[in-house]
Amino acid sequence: MGSKARDSRQAILDRLRSREVTPVELPAIFGDDSISQVAIGFDDPPTQFAGTVEAVGGLCLQVGSMQEALNKLEQDEVYRDAARRCSLVGDEIPGNVNLQEIEDPHDLSSLDFLIARAEFGVAENGAMWITDRDIRHRASLFITQHLALVVSRHSIISNMHQAYERIGQPETPFGVFIAGPSKTADIEQSLVLGAHGCRTLTVFLVDEPA
Amino acid sequence: MATVSEHPEKAAAYIADRSRSRWHDGALWFVRSKRDRMAHSLPEWERLRSTASQIKAHTIANLPEILQQFEANAKARGVHVHWAADAQEHNEIVLEIIRKQNATRVVKSKSMLTEECHLNPHLEVNGIEVIDTDLGERIVQMRGERPSHIVLPAIHIKKEEVGETFAKYLGTEPGASDPQYLTEAARQHLRSKFLEAEVGITGVNFAIAETGGFVVCTNEGNADLGASLPRVHIACMGIEKLIPRLVDLSVFVRLLARSATGQPITTYTSHFHGPRPGCELHIVLVDNGRSRIRDSDEFRSALGCIRCGACMNTCPVFRRSGGHSYDAVVPGPIGSVLSPAADTKQHRSLPYACSLCGSCTDVCPVKIPLHHQLLTWRQQIASQGLLPVSKTAAMRAGSMLFQHPRIYALAGALGRRALRWLPKSWIYNRANPWGLDRDLPEPPVESFRSWWQTNRQGTSVDEGMKSKEAKNGK
Repeated sequence: MGSKARDSRQAILDRLRSREVTPVELPAIFGDDSISQVAIGFDDPPTQFAGTVEAVGGLCLQVGSMQEALNKLEQDEVYRDAARRCSLVGDEIPGNVNLQEIEDPHDLSSLDFLIARAEFGVAENGAMWITDRDIRHRASLFITQHLALVVSRHSIISNMHQAYERIGQPETPFGVFIAGPSKTADIEQSLVLGAHGCRTLTVFLVDEPA
Repeated sequence: MATVSEHPEKAAAYIADRSRSRWHDGALWFVRSKRDRMAHSLPEWERLRSTASQIKAHTIANLPEILQQFEANAKARGVHVHWAADAQEHNEIVLEIIRKQNATRVVKSKSMLTEECHLNPHLEVNGIEVIDTDLGERIVQMRGERPSHIVLPAIHIKKEEVGETFAKYLGTEPGASDPQYLTEAARQHLRSKFLEAEVGITGVNFAIAETGGFVVCTNEGNADLGASLPRVHIACMGIEKLIPRLVDLSVFVRLLARSATGQPITTYTSHFHGPRPGCELHIVLVDNGRSRIRDSDEFRSALGCIRCGACMNTCPVFRRSGGHSYDAVVPGPIGSVLSPAADTKQHRSLPYACSLCGSCTDVCPVKIPLHHQLLTWRQQIASQGLLPVSKTAAMRAGSMLFQHPRIYALAGALGRRALRWLPKSWIYNRANPWGLDRDLPEPPVESFRSWWQTNRQGTSVDEGMKSKEAKNGK
């Protein structure tokens, strides 16, 4: 493959260079206007965010503290029934699976509940940004039966332009926007929650510094 | 070379089942309506479209530089970058990566590129098990079919039929058709495949030159499981999938899901910027005819397509005739532009599977002038002599008719009588394919020419039109 692949690389580039195409300037995202002038913004992004999370199939709970989040969790049947729980949000919420002790992500196949922290949330679509900075196995986000995400209400921004401004340049190999539980509509356009990823998504919109 | 495929013949079978054709039409119109609601909810929608269109035009114009920038940045992040001039080379590269792992089990999330390259059969004949993990694609795969839509691969199949397929392959209750129940069965089945797989293959929605990373969007989370469990992840992409900057994603991510399914964003939008520790990440950059499309001033902008499927959902021909009638990997309006570029003769009928209503152009999030391109294809197909005789003969006859006023008048007089008096079987037969699906109009008793001579003699046409407009109160 080696030399042939190099040949193809050169062949493709040569082929592309053989045809001069009229240049087109790369536009600034909204020309001379600022994002806040053009893109949709919300007077109260956390409230809009909470509504959108529910619209995309998640459950959004507004809480004052992590203790309150734990209290809500303990009232939740899904959480109570979960045998294998993993918490990545600190000691306030305990877990019995430690990601750091797991070598192979396949061993997470029986994970019932994962609670993790998102860096920020986006009001226009209910998406939350999570990277693998503090998550040893990114598979845990997708393989868990149920997922809870904690996000500060002060981190909620209006739109995706602000989101990518905030991300800047990716420093870790993996980052994901998650909006709602896993879903499919591939059987006659009937919406079914829980395709391959989490069956439920609970969002704790917590009133603590971003 | 593949045989010539004619859209009207393929469509005839689907349309013959009228209730199914109507059902398919309704299912897609539902998706199109959701798209409209989403588009109207953003005041900046048109601004997003024109920005997206410009970013793509810039990318395509500067493609060699942008590809090299992407390659350098991806390599710096520990990604293996491969280049494939055509489908065969793409398949060989993927097979070799799999073989190096001594692997035999692969899970694959949706990728129109691998479909275009016929990767699955290539791997299967070489002893590799490839499981499509998108639910719609898995259903189609079990049935031995091809996807009929690029976003909704199984949109042509009814839930009872999915139930039959699952009863046969997954052991579900015979007769079961509840989507929730069937999805649960597929979840269990596919989980075992995710856990067994040694290699995961995904497509790419957007690759970012500035960072050397790429983005994959799914609702099910199948690409994410396939990329985060096996040690090796292979991402296959056409060279046109690039965008220059990370911030450009903000434009495309906002447009993609809203245009595709009417969601504000897909459930999972995963950004890959390097392998997991101790694992491998490969990217295969594929040309396979794309550089040739780039050469063409008329069709270049079609490379900006982000594969949202909005043009299919809105197309009155696609909605009624079903995706398989196009006999192409990408069906619908965008497929009817791209497929003839790959093989004009084989796909010569596709630009005619279009009423030129322009709805595809109106909904395209990157403003590809689709119906103009389809019209251009018709001219090129005619000038290349690829039209069937039934069309060229009719065109020649029409041309002769319009050039000779006396013959035109005579033909009109004959036609008016013939349509009234001839038996139906003389008018609607194989010599008149146009009449297969249409009724000819009731002929007027007199011609416009004779009406004019009686009622407007001595006035010019302009005056006559004015007095008519005045009468109509315009």
